Order: sequence, then structure tokens, then C-alpha cells
Amino acid sequence: MAIAASTAAQAEEAPSTPIHRLGEQIFDHVSEIGDVATFATLTMVWIGRRRPRWSVLVPIFYAIGVKSVSVVAITGTFIGMVLAVQAYHQFNMMGLATRLGSVINISIVRELGPVLAATMLAGRVGSSMAAELGTMRVTEQIDALSALGTNPIYYLVVPRFLACVLLIPLLTLMGDFMGVIGGAVVSTQIMNIDSYAYWKHTRDFVETLDVFAGVFKSYFFGAAIALISCHRGFNSKAGAEGVGRAATEAFVFSFIAILFLDFVIGLTWNNVYRSIWPQTESLL
Amino acid sequence: MSLPEADSALIELRDVTMRFRSQTVLTRINLKVRRGETLCVIGESGCGKTVLLKLIIGLLKPSAGGVFFADRDIARLNGKEMVKLRLRFGFLFQMAALFDSLTVFDNVAFGLREHHMRDEASIAGIVAERLQEVGLPPEVETKKPAELSGGQRKRVGLARALAIGPEVMLYDEPTTGLDPIMSDVINELILQTQRTMKATGVVVTHDMKTVAKVADRVVMLYPIARLEPGESQILYDGPPDRIESSLDPRVGQFVRGEAGERMRELARLRTAAPTAATAAK
Repeated sequence: MAIAASTAAQAEEAPSTPIHRLGEQIFDHVSEIGDVATFATLTMVWIGRRRPRWSVLVPIFYAIGVKSVSVVAITGTFIGMVLAVQAYHQFNMMGLATRLGSVINISIVRELGPVLAATMLAGRVGSSMAAELGTMRVTEQIDALSALGTNPIYYLVVPRFLACVLLIPLLTLMGDFMGVIGGAVVSTQIMNIDSYAYWKHTRDFVETLDVFAGVFKSYFFGAAIALISCHRGFNSKAGAEGVGRAATEAFVFSFIAILFLDFVIGLTWNNVYRSIWPQTESLL
Repeated sequence: MSLPEADSALIELRDVTMRFRSQTVLTRINLKVRRGETLCVIGESGCGKTVLLKLIIGLLKPSAGGVFFADRDIARLNGKEMVKLRLRFGFLFQMAALFDSLTVFDNVAFGLREHHMRDEASIAGIVAERLQEVGLPPEVETKKPAELSGGQRKRVGLARALAIGPEVMLYDEPTTGLDPIMSDVINELILQTQRTMKATGVVVTHDMKTVAKVADRVVMLYPIARLEPGESQILYDGPPDRIESSLDPRVGQFVRGEAGERMRELARLRTAAPTAATAAK
């Protein structure tokens, strides 16, 4: 009898047909999307409801912002330098070497700076957040927070979300700056492009609005990194494998979200820009 | 320990069923925890004991049935009411679940600070008092959980749970992973807590020494997968001193730690497996 009950229970647990499994997969994915949406909504609700204590905010801001400075600075510098090296010969052959400044700098501030800074931060900050929260999940620390009457989204997610949204744009600005310097150093000091012409063309083509467009996108990138990484951490499965998978998924999903948002924001921005100034070229 | 008045159930589970996806962990559980008593929940690993504790404190919502605290269905509480309810509970987690990034002091003070229960001076006093109660020296206050032994972590977890002055203490396998002496220390602390704070207690454990020491009443759960059809998941509900004489042989076997029936069942499963495979072909 006991064996019969056991077999019945196993049959109940395991989907028996491919259609059953397919249905379960679809159900899981739809639930997952709903879960992420609920998670994001609750985060927004808690941001409006109560500010986290400074003693909680400051260490997280430090870990996400200050500790990422070197990574973003190095990435930004090398982007500028590599762009200069790769583009120089083509432009020089066409006799447009002095125009290199405008191409390098507009690429950095509009596109490469924000996207690559966000990608680096998804790797450094996103994976780390997912691993930390995943460990807290599997060691019941998140349950302990709830048991002590503290909402885990308020205590764990809101500070990380605020840190990402507020600091990633600043880090992007710094990455842009380092990229501009890196490109200028290679162009003017190694490729011997005239410094005055380099900066003049840069000033003619790169506008404040270009920098703003890049920074504007980075707010969305920061929000996506925070929400995806925290969500993965909160839903981490047990064990080292579960936490490792949460960290990997945090980076992969954040990266996809960054590219997707970059495309959507670029498209939307262009449409808005053209509708306001129909005679001008698109911005992004 | 003597049983308090029989009728005043503080916590009640009515027809509670709990499923995770397609896996059912608890089925139609009916259980009352009376005010002031210490109830021990025993049973094999995976029979749903920890889930039961998490249902009681509202960390999980039952798939069917209701969990009532002082006759209020906790699934119907709003956010603020739920926070108030949880502050009436203390929860000692299986691995203590101390916050790794905080010191021992900050861990114990956590609930008091988050809910603005006291000023910093009072909090410092309460933390020192609680740590002393669980037998930890003041030097541990500045340590991080990673620097503590398993027994010390459990005691800090207990101090953290007690700091907010709970009415109900929930203990999830409080002696698991500890040596016999440290287990006895934890059992003594549970007993002392129940006596001094007059708290209601629910202790989930495998350890029959804990049961013998702290329980007023014992409930034994049985894994659903091995239940006979129509059988209740609660195999025993009564005083600890009569558990060995239970009419159900599975209760006695668990209490005495006998593997006999399980081994016979495993042997039956092994012999049944090729037959099932052939049938599937």
C-alpha cells in the first residue's frame, strides 16, 4: 500500500507527457514575467513609502559606486584608445584624420560609454548582488528579515536599486570622460593629429545633448541591472550551484536588457527628436 | 512542565494543505497550539516540519485551509498587521540565519532598531542582557557571524529572537549540527526562555532529548509519500511520556531510531523497480 501511495505521489510530481511539460514551461515563463513585474512594482512602492537608513545606504553606495570607479575608468580609457587606433588609418587615408575627434567622442558619449560602462557594472555589481542575495536566500537570512518584521524588498532591494540608478549615470560620465581622454592621447600623442583641429572638430560635432542622451540611457540601464540582479538573487535555488546560476543569470539577463533598452530608447529618442525638429538628423 | 488551560488555542491550523508546484508537503493538517505550552513537532526529514513553522509566522501562505493566530486568519492581515503579528514571534532558524554583513551586536539589535522600539542606549542594554542570558561574553558583540562557532551562532540567533520580547518562540531544529553538550545547553536555554518569558513555543526537532526536556506536547508528522490512503499526516498528538507506547508502530520506530521498517520498504522498492521498468516497456 505504501509503495502504491509513493508511486502515486511520484506520478503526481513528474509531468508525464511532452504536452504537459510544454504547458509547464510556458506557465513558468509567464509566471516569471509576472513575478519580475511584481518585484519591480513593489520596489517602486517601497521607494515612495520609506527611505532606507543612512547606515544601510552608505555601505551599498560605496560598494556599488566607489568600488566600481577603477573598472569603469579603465574600460572607458581603453575604449577611447582602441577607437583611435582602429579608426585612424581609414580616416588618414581619406585625409580626414583631424575629424577623428568628432567620431571617437560622439561614439563614446552616445553609445559605447553608456553601454560598455553598464555592461561592466552588470558583470561586477550585478553578479555580486545576485550572489549575495542568493546566499542570503539559501541561508534563510531573507526569511529572517521577514520574521523580524522587515520587508526584504525595502531593506535589500531599495538601497541597491537607488545606488544603481543614482551612481551608474555618474560612473558613465566618468567612463565617457576617460574615453575622451584616452582617445585624445592616442590621437594627438601617438598618431600625431593636430591637437587644435582634433578638439575643434570635437566641439563642432559633440553637443551637450549627446552627453545627456548617453547619461539618460544609463538611468534605465542602472534600474535594469538592479532589478534583474536582485530578482535573480531573491529566486536563487539552494546550494552553491543555485547561487552560481543566479549570478550568471543576473549578468546574462542584465546584458540582454541593456542591449534591448539601448535599442528601444534609441528608437524612441529618434522619433521624439524628429517630431520636435523635423529638419534635423536623428540624435541616436 | 504542566499543561496550561486546554482550550485557549493561540495558534490554530485548520485543514492546512501546502503545495510547492506539483509537490504536496502538508495535507489537511489540523493542529492547535495552546497559549503557554511548548509543542514539539517531530518527524522524518522532508515531512514538512519547517514548512509548518513558516506557515505559522506567515512566511508562507497555505495552498488551502487557514492559519489562525488568536482567532484571526493571518492570510487576511494587511502589511502593517502582519508586521505587528511577526513582532509577537521570535524565530530561531536552523542555521541561525544571522546577517553576515552585520556584527553580533547589530544582529541582536536589528529588530529593535528597525521598528524604533528603543533609543540606542536602551538597545545597548537589551543586547548586553540578551547575550548574557544566552551565555555569551560581551566580547562577541563586535564579531561578525563568520567568526563564531555553530553553538555561538545558535545562541546569537536565540538572543536576536528574544530581543524583541516575543510571545511565541518558534525553534527550527535548534540542536541540529551541535555536539551533545552544546545541544544540552541549547535545550536548557529553550527551557529557561519558556519559563522566564512564559512564551508559547513550537519546537521542530529530530532530537528526542530535546523533546524529553522541553515538550509539553508532541506532534509527529509523517511524509505524505508514504501515507496510507485516507490516513492523517499527524501520526501522534499527545504528551511526550506516552509517545513510545503509541499504538502506531511507526511512531515507536521513529522515537527509538529504528531503521527496520524503512529498510524493508527500501528492499521492497528495489525489488519492485525492475517489474515497473518491464511494465513500462
